[in-house]
Amino acid sequence: MTKYTLDINGKKVQVEAEPDTPMLWVIRDYAGLKGTKFGCGLGLCGACTVHLNGQPVRSCSTPVSDIKKNDKITTIEGISDNLDHVVQQAWIEEQVPQCGYCQSGQIMSAVALLKAIPQPTDDDIDTYMSGNICRCGTYNRMRKAIHRAAAMQKGK
Amino acid sequence: MNNSVKNTVSRRKFLQYSGLTGAALILGVSGNHASGATTVTNLSNLDEGYNLSPYVVIEKSGKITIFNTKPEMGQGTFQSIPALIAEELELAPGQFTVLQTGGEKKFGNEQAAGGSYSVRSSYETLRKVGAAAREMLVSAASKQWNVSAKECYAEFGRVFHKPSGRSLGYGELVEAAATLDVPENPRLKDPKDFRMLGKPSKRPDIPLKVSGKAVFGIDTEVPGMVYASIERCPVFGAALTDFNPAGALKVTGVEQVIPVERVFGNYKTTGVAVVAANYWAALKGRKALKINWDYRGNEKFNSPDYTQYLRDLAVNEGITDVNTGDFDAVYAGADKKVEAFYETPFVAHATMEPMNCTAHWKENNQLEIWASTQVPSDIMNEIPAMFGISADDVTLHTCFNGGGFGRRLAIDFVVEAVSLSQKIRKPVKVIWTREDDMQLGPFRPPTFSSFRAALSPDGKLTAFQHKVIAPTILSFLMPQQDKTKVDETMVEGISRQAYEIPNMKNTFVYADCPAPLLWWRSVTSSTLAFSHECFLDELAHKAGKNPLDFRMEMLTKDSDTRRVLQKLRAVSNWDAPLPAGRGRGIAQWDFFAGLAGQVIEVTRLSDNSVRIDKVYVVIDLGTVVNPDTVKSQMESAVVMGISAAVKKGITFANGKAEQSNFHDSPVPRITESPEVVVHILAEGGSTIKGVGEPGLPPVAPALANAIFNATGIRLRKMPFDLDDLRE
Repeated sequence: MTKYTLDINGKKVQVEAEPDTPMLWVIRDYAGLKGTKFGCGLGLCGACTVHLNGQPVRSCSTPVSDIKKNDKITTIEGISDNLDHVVQQAWIEEQVPQCGYCQSGQIMSAVALLKAIPQPTDDDIDTYMSGNICRCGTYNRMRKAIHRAAAMQKGK
Repeated sequence: MNNSVKNTVSRRKFLQYSGLTGAALILGVSGNHASGATTVTNLSNLDEGYNLSPYVVIEKSGKITIFNTKPEMGQGTFQSIPALIAEELELAPGQFTVLQTGGEKKFGNEQAAGGSYSVRSSYETLRKVGAAAREMLVSAASKQWNVSAKECYAEFGRVFHKPSGRSLGYGELVEAAATLDVPENPRLKDPKDFRMLGKPSKRPDIPLKVSGKAVFGIDTEVPGMVYASIERCPVFGAALTDFNPAGALKVTGVEQVIPVERVFGNYKTTGVAVVAANYWAALKGRKALKINWDYRGNEKFNSPDYTQYLRDLAVNEGITDVNTGDFDAVYAGADKKVEAFYETPFVAHATMEPMNCTAHWKENNQLEIWASTQVPSDIMNEIPAMFGISADDVTLHTCFNGGGFGRRLAIDFVVEAVSLSQKIRKPVKVIWTREDDMQLGPFRPPTFSSFRAALSPDGKLTAFQHKVIAPTILSFLMPQQDKTKVDETMVEGISRQAYEIPNMKNTFVYADCPAPLLWWRSVTSSTLAFSHECFLDELAHKAGKNPLDFRMEMLTKDSDTRRVLQKLRAVSNWDAPLPAGRGRGIAQWDFFAGLAGQVIEVTRLSDNSVRIDKVYVVIDLGTVVNPDTVKSQMESAVVMGISAAVKKGITFANGKAEQSNFHDSPVPRITESPEVVVHILAEGGSTIKGVGEPGLPPVAPALANAIFNATGIRLRKMPFDLDDLRE
């Protein structure tokens, strides 16, 4: 067991874990943030997507030992306090989620997309979002919601 | 714990809970919902032990709670079910809290979501609950004001006296209202006065689902909880011979290694559970196990052999499902005969939330369960019976389901967790890996279809036979299936169809299968619609007719199917020619869940590759509760239908599933989601049809028919590869 001090959503979290433990389980079961989900364990479905220094990563395939001293991890719980992120607003407006299980990961990918490309085209959306599976098939609504969020962001 | 999964344990606790803020009006329904023999009763002062199902609690503080008995798995019951009560009770969406029920007896025995049945089975009953409460509150107000109840009305949680403008909140009235008799036949609102029902409504679960706060089963956290991962034999039906736990026990964090049984109907297997302080340790320990299995001959189960086995069975006549007119004679004497054979694969449900369950068998033999399940009532009926305890000693927390699609109608993963907790006497969370989920089933069964038909010289269908060859789901779920009779769940939709076919003989041939099978969204219709509606398309082309006209000629009488096809013709611009290189196909399906039809448009990209451009859906509902939810369910069914049509299913080698995760058993991604245009037929009437499943069966046949239209390639085998189409 090794001790780690992690910066998750701006808070310092101390954990003691085996170095090969995926960040997914550290975030969920050590830091107690259950919004990040387990879907496949191989980085194939994107349900576990979080941001590492602002970049989307698959936490199921990122061992805790890979996290460096000043790394900042952001999870779905860290993107806003009151659902006021434009992506969350757009997701509500378009009534995107169905079962909702994949949506934390989808939103984390969408947030990263809009940071990288504030006014994305459909092709940009395909590129950034095709790593995230939604078994309920909410893809068309996500596409609309991303365009809506981009417009809201521009208006802010 | 999030309030959405807050639970009530027993009637006593329920009353204590609502009693915290003083008097509460508790209204419920007793009786058999399905039969319609329902009465509304005032449960406020009923004795313990009465068969209760109280759906709405109004507290003196004004707090209103509505109980949702239909698990939320994406289909929108968290909104649509409480809305039935809230509409009649004159509440706005933000004025009440929704709590999910956990199979408690007082909520009846239909706490289940399946068969696209939730809204239609609750529509009258729950509106009556809301209306009765409204009338009691209005009556209480009129008594207090000493005015006629006719001068009073309820709106947004208050009762108003029209002439004077006075008003009182429901919380202020509840104590007096609770003493009144419950009206036996409360007046239901005229649908034209609905504020919520029939109009697009925002879902209360969505803010929770965009903030990571929605609690799914896998998110359960119990003090002192341990984690488990179970190695089950990948060869179906194998028995555990022995195992060596030494390697697993060396892994830091691993506490115990224990055999545990998985029970899925008649299918019972024993696996080896690794119990650890954290899930990663449990997974590592599992990999270090050494286990010997007795495959019991099932290692010989291979897909190519199994396919041949089903094909060989097709020589049998089968058991007759329907025989109208004289198929044999008309077919024998026909000039123009058409035959075809269709095949479909096994598929996995692949819900995004892998199966999991947390169970806590306590020292006093009280049992607490947290699960994402479609069937709280089944858990509360079956778990006590299996483990020899009383249902009163079991508390179930029904969590949000991270996808269901039928997979969570089984409780095998619950049995495992309960059984494990009983042995270790600790709260334990068992999580299946994605590999477990893909490889261990239960799967959607394949159905093979053998067709024979005759056409008259003027191109009319005169004789038709659809023979289904398939293993059955019920052979796993029933103690002993009577194989001298047709399994109606395996021939659904093909015999009681609207097409007027003068001579029809449909039959069924039973097949065996070592891999466990279960309902998969739209069940057997998800495969039978493909073969049936594609073969009709073949017949239309053989008859030299437009496929839609060919169908309409068999729909001379007024029927829902006829109306759906007429609407489809209009909304899809069916009669307008498409540009060169494009094609369109049509299909419809009417079955236990409901009725929908689709036109799909494709573009031919090369000689053997196509792209799906657009899907037009017409769904027939009679009455709609939330049109936006219906639209999202149609969008969802289209994507899942495409998944089943074009993505590799599950195949078997040496007794095991050959696929293991999303890389080798892929599902559609955002790049594969076509435009979907939805039209809802909701013209009133007494019949309400289902929403969750009917959008799925027409996808594969409409797509295959469109591909034929665009390329001339006739597809008779699912799945088909859109990038490499072959007959």
